[in-house]
Amino acid sequence: MIITVPDTNATGIHMALVKARHNIGVASSMVFTMIVIADLRHFEKAMMACKDAGREHPSRIILVTNGQAKADRVDAEIRLGEEVPGEIISLRFHGDLTEHRASVVLPLLLPDSPVVAWWPGSAPDRPGQDPLGKLAIRRITDAMGSSNPLAAIERRARNYSPGDTDLTWTRLTPWRALLASAVDSYPSPISEVLVEAAPNNAASMLLSAWLQDRLDVPVTRHESRKGVGITHVILRPTTATSASAVRTVGWPPSRRRDYLAARSRFAAGRSTP
Amino acid sequence: MLFGVTGDLARKKLMPAVYDLANRGLLPPGFGLIGFARRDWADQDFAKIVHDAVKERARTPFREEVWRQLLEGIRFVSGTFDNDESFILLKETLDALDDSQGTGGNHAFYLSIPPNAFDQVISMLKKHDLAKRDNPGAWSRVVIEKPFGHDLASAQELERKVSSVFHSQSVFRIDHYLGKETVQNMLALRFANELFEPIWNRNYIDHVQITMAEDIGIGGRAGYYDGVGAARDVIQNHLLQLLALTAMEEPTSFDAEQLRTEKKKVLAAARAPRDIASHTARGQYLGGWAGGRLVRGCLEEDGIDPASQTETYAAIRVDIDNRRWAGVPFYLRSAKRMPRRVTEIALNLRKAPHLPFSYADIEALGSNALVMRIQPDEGITLRFGAKVPATLMEIRDVTMDFAYGTSFAESSPEAYERLILDVLLGDPPLFPQHEEVELSWKILDPILQFWAELDTQPEGYPSGSWGPACGKTMLARDGFVWRRP
Repeated sequence: MIITVPDTNATGIHMALVKARHNIGVASSMVFTMIVIADLRHFEKAMMACKDAGREHPSRIILVTNGQAKADRVDAEIRLGEEVPGEIISLRFHGDLTEHRASVVLPLLLPDSPVVAWWPGSAPDRPGQDPLGKLAIRRITDAMGSSNPLAAIERRARNYSPGDTDLTWTRLTPWRALLASAVDSYPSPISEVLVEAAPNNAASMLLSAWLQDRLDVPVTRHESRKGVGITHVILRPTTATSASAVRTVGWPPSRRRDYLAARSRFAAGRSTP
Repeated sequence: MLFGVTGDLARKKLMPAVYDLANRGLLPPGFGLIGFARRDWADQDFAKIVHDAVKERARTPFREEVWRQLLEGIRFVSGTFDNDESFILLKETLDALDDSQGTGGNHAFYLSIPPNAFDQVISMLKKHDLAKRDNPGAWSRVVIEKPFGHDLASAQELERKVSSVFHSQSVFRIDHYLGKETVQNMLALRFANELFEPIWNRNYIDHVQITMAEDIGIGGRAGYYDGVGAARDVIQNHLLQLLALTAMEEPTSFDAEQLRTEKKKVLAAARAPRDIASHTARGQYLGGWAGGRLVRGCLEEDGIDPASQTETYAAIRVDIDNRRWAGVPFYLRSAKRMPRRVTEIALNLRKAPHLPFSYADIEALGSNALVMRIQPDEGITLRFGAKVPATLMEIRDVTMDFAYGTSFAESSPEAYERLILDVLLGDPPLFPQHEEVELSWKILDPILQFWAELDTQPEGYPSGSWGPACGKTMLARDGFVWRRP
């Protein structure tokens, strides 16, 4: 069922939830709360992503957007037993209340269970300092969702606080596995690395940084229009000049829900904000 | 007889509860209700007030015939607490009602009045022979509300006065929490099951957290609240009663006497922490945004002294010195302007003595917990670890939930219905007696005294948060964290 609660507060939303759950007659067995913070223009996309995430884990998903009304108020819409096993509460904040969203979200967190915050689009510069981010023990951002992915991933790196995760890292998992096994099977030291990727690709930047950190050799990053994402990685060993090995990455699933699922499974630890 | 009919409680809870009882057929047909207040009202004016309160708040549907039956017995006496004539008039009204309704001299006096008016009313009742201590064939009962004094000495003084007019078994101290279905269910959970009793002791329980959080502020209760504070307002009665029901031994029966014996035993074994500075915390809410509304801080509330040191957040540790609970701290917290309204008792179990898993596998695993939710959304939650479906052996906390609302379609009766009925039936197990009240003050007095001597401002906390930093530190000292209820 979908229940709309216009111009309400945390107490009003909570009462509507309890009543709705009683009417449906199910006890709650949700394991965590996910706060999704999106722009109004990406609302539909964010709602789709919420449903996907909700299918993965019975959870309470709180979708936070800002509306354009002048009055200081919040409108809520509760989806219960609609396509997803958990609950989706979408909150639209207006007026001054857009500055105090955490005050409405905090009372809606599930008791004593992990909280994950997710920005599918642009994220604050310091997710760990963001009022909504502070409610969560894990904060998921996606540099590729921002308008300038390269700048975004750099900001993430500079402002990292424990619990921050960018989906860029999760996207790299198949590449990292491939490269690590390549280094393992060719035990000679690497002298130079070349990473080639589509323009504005945050993953290539992160991969270059990772390789540089682990191998301690110069890494060059190229932009090309040969494909999507990272197209090529060349690891040049010091000894073998003639032999070369080619490995391909089976293109990883491009659906973000899979990455997100992988991350939220990781939503470990407990905290009381 | 209802004193203080103009109060919030009378209109919001008592009058609707009386109607609901009548509607369920639980009141005797001859039931009469006399209101007493300083208002220039006739019977029908008072009846109108009751009518409106019932229409607005009653939980059962409004039925004209039930209302008419009730209306027969509704009277109003206009007067003041210090005026002899008012009480003479009250006596006449009462006698007339005894005749017409056949109540036979059985009277219950519900004193929904401020504590300072207590003395007067009690002595007036005595003076005008309204309450008879020993009257064969008829009973006089008195219902009083918290606060039952503000410390041990004043509680004893109150008891002395009340017992000069009423027998101690005729004094009903209302603690509406004890009328709640979930509180009574705690007794069922503990003593009707085989599953829980074996773990209900220090061998398995690590620590216990009892929370009563309100999302509202002081609001219109400033006059009462200033100088009282969260510890006196809530911990002394509700929370220590919940502690007693959680920690007591099995009573030999559910007789009032047996139940009280067990509660008294455990309260006598409970004490304030030795290091009060480290194991208690108090706070005062500050202005800000709470739950989506801009609210005022405690000191900016109307009717609160801007220099008030009254706490709106109180957290204390209580230790129980007996074999069952030695070394298991009970943490009690009560506060206003919390993120949401919730009352619960959480028993946290010890960690498993050995875990044959790697640290990464159990990173997300907490300790087992049994949580009894008293309000709202009454129910019980059990938390334990389960394997996350995947190829890895990863273990995470999951919960098993029992909700009253979904397991029993019948809605729980309102606490006041149950309690008013118990007063009329003379059935006192759910009412704390003066010994219990005094034992509770004995636990709280050293803490209140310590706080008073500090003579400092309680630590501020943002409205709509889970309390001040000192509250967290207090648990951190023992290696625990507060649950997010």
